[in-house]
Amino acid sequence: MIDVQDAEATIRTVLRDHGRLKQDVAALDAGSDLYQSGMTSHASVNVMLALEGAFDVEFPDHMLKRNVFSSIASIQRALGELTGA
Amino acid sequence: MIGLEPAGRLSAQSPHARLGFDLVQVSQVAASLESFGAYYETRLFTPLELEYAGCDEAVRAERLAARFAAKEAVIKALRLGNEGIGWREIEVLKLADGDCDVLLHGRTAELARRMGVERVLLSLSHDGDYAGAFVSVQMKAAAS
Repeated sequence: MIDVQDAEATIRTVLRDHGRLKQDVAALDAGSDLYQSGMTSHASVNVMLALEGAFDVEFPDHMLKRNVFSSIASIQRALGELTGA
Repeated sequence: MIGLEPAGRLSAQSPHARLGFDLVQVSQVAASLESFGAYYETRLFTPLELEYAGCDEAVRAERLAARFAAKEAVIKALRLGNEGIGWREIEVLKLADGDCDVLLHGRTAELARRMGVERVLLSLSHDGDYAGAFVSVQMKAAAS
């Protein structure tokens, strides 16, 4: 089971390393739009792959939606679905 | 075809045609290949796409960047961003005459069929660190 605070910290680390955001990830609210913050569609793929590695999950095709990766909160919800947390 | 709205304002989208464009940095694809290797390749690309991309690292990144741009351009043209589809369901094939064609598979093909998609046309371009793809989708006249 994923600890909520640990998960958010890991997501922020992944976004910092792979999201190519134009602003400091630490300054983003959980609901901030990551695409508006500079994340490209290709960068979102890297974020997805890095999240899969960090959380030992695999996003199935039906979860490969733009809105799943649009914010820290939406990523956290998706990871919760995948892990049953 | 240019769509003309009732008030006479020109519309960028005709009811019978849709457009999609995407631009990808080749160096970013090269970085992804270095970071994630085969995991990145097999999540995004079909065996035929990977075969065409070849073994030369620089050429491979260029060709895969163009193919990723094509997949994203198709997703934009068909408005599939929130449908939840796999990238491998959109396949770019290199034809013998040098042109490229797009094949849709699985759920993506089914969604396109329901939309009334008749043809998906693709043009790829490269310049330095960038690869771009332009997609035009032709719809059946009766489809909304």
